[in-house]
Amino acid sequence: MTPRRITLIVNDRDHELWVAPSDTLLDVLHDGLGLADVRYGCGEGVCGTCTVLLDGEPVSGCLTLAVQAAGRQVTTLRGLMGPGEDLHPLQECFLRRGAAQCGFCTPGMVLTALDLVRRTGRPTRDEIRYALVGNLCRCTGYTKILDAIEEYAGQ
Amino acid sequence: MPMLNLRLAHPDLLIDLNPADQRPPAMAEDEHGGLLRLPALTRHRVLLEHDLVRRGCPLLAEAVRYVGNVRVRNRGTIGGSLAHADPTSEIGCCALASGARVVVRGPDGGRTIPVAGLFAGYWATTLAGSEIITDVLIPAARPGAGWSFQEMVRRTSDFAIVAVAATVYLDERTGAIATARVALAGVADRVVLADPDLVDGSADETAARIAETLEPASDVHASGAYRRRLARVLTARALRQACARAAGEGT
Repeated sequence: MTPRRITLIVNDRDHELWVAPSDTLLDVLHDGLGLADVRYGCGEGVCGTCTVLLDGEPVSGCLTLAVQAAGRQVTTLRGLMGPGEDLHPLQECFLRRGAAQCGFCTPGMVLTALDLVRRTGRPTRDEIRYALVGNLCRCTGYTKILDAIEEYAGQ
Repeated sequence: MPMLNLRLAHPDLLIDLNPADQRPPAMAEDEHGGLLRLPALTRHRVLLEHDLVRRGCPLLAEAVRYVGNVRVRNRGTIGGSLAHADPTSEIGCCALASGARVVVRGPDGGRTIPVAGLFAGYWATTLAGSEIITDVLIPAARPGAGWSFQEMVRRTSDFAIVAVAATVYLDERTGAIATARVALAGVADRVVLADPDLVDGSADETAARIAETLEPASDVHASGAYRRRLARVLTARALRQACARAAGEGT
């Protein structure tokens, strides 16, 4: 398949890139642009470690082709952070509540939870569970993650 | 896309249909009443939230809650789901129970077929290689419609072991079922619509009759016998809930 030249807007920065039509958004973000916060997990949209926001909505980077994201706003976890290493308030809540151990799932958890809180304001614990059903964590047992998101939504 | 990532599909050419159509859901009138027109690229999230879908096909709006996760619902489309023809598809199941038709277009023109005529087996459809689904047409729920969606999964958001979708209308005079459509997923090589003649008597009797006609295969997720038992239990629950809704009893 013939490579295509696209403009990818990632965390408010434009990138001019050559991509194959079959390259996933995950391939390009992680391997191409070196964004370590977008991660390969399952390759079938189940685990949530490749979550990014596409025009503000969570999608799986592994199930979206890079060419489909051309010209649209892509936000990864780093895009939530301020200049330098300033954490987003939701990340602060994750830290305070001990909601991460190995941290592999955390970017996807944070982006998904942020979308939920933006849409619903103050979700119930059941609503948080439902929204996070596609984000797997193999360390924490989820309770602290729910606590962190509840704390953030309550701010 | 999962088929590509899992190397189950090896296409030489990829065509992105997404830019081709931006139409929203619409409601039209035909000789039978309202007709809900869902463009094939309607996302699951729209099915979940759109007012026309909630009113015209509340069954579908409810069942989409069980489809995948928030990311899948943001990208997945009704046409894509039907064309994928998964035998455990919630959307395929609801399309059958709602009496949906699909509008298909190819180089030689278009045709409209009942959704039951679309499915040909495991992940297989009757579409020609050059054809695409452009619209899904669903007769809108009329006043007095009852509906229910029931599903058994091992993990929330996973593929259904068995799912049942039912729509019913009651006889206004007797309160008995006048017409009912019961569709089942996870019991055959495709989603199936139960023979309407099997609907007779109580919910339990009907459910037992429908379950007897099924010969689900065993796989790593569940045995055939367990699936048949689920089909009976879930069908009875679906009919009871659909009748209660039709009778105006809420829930």
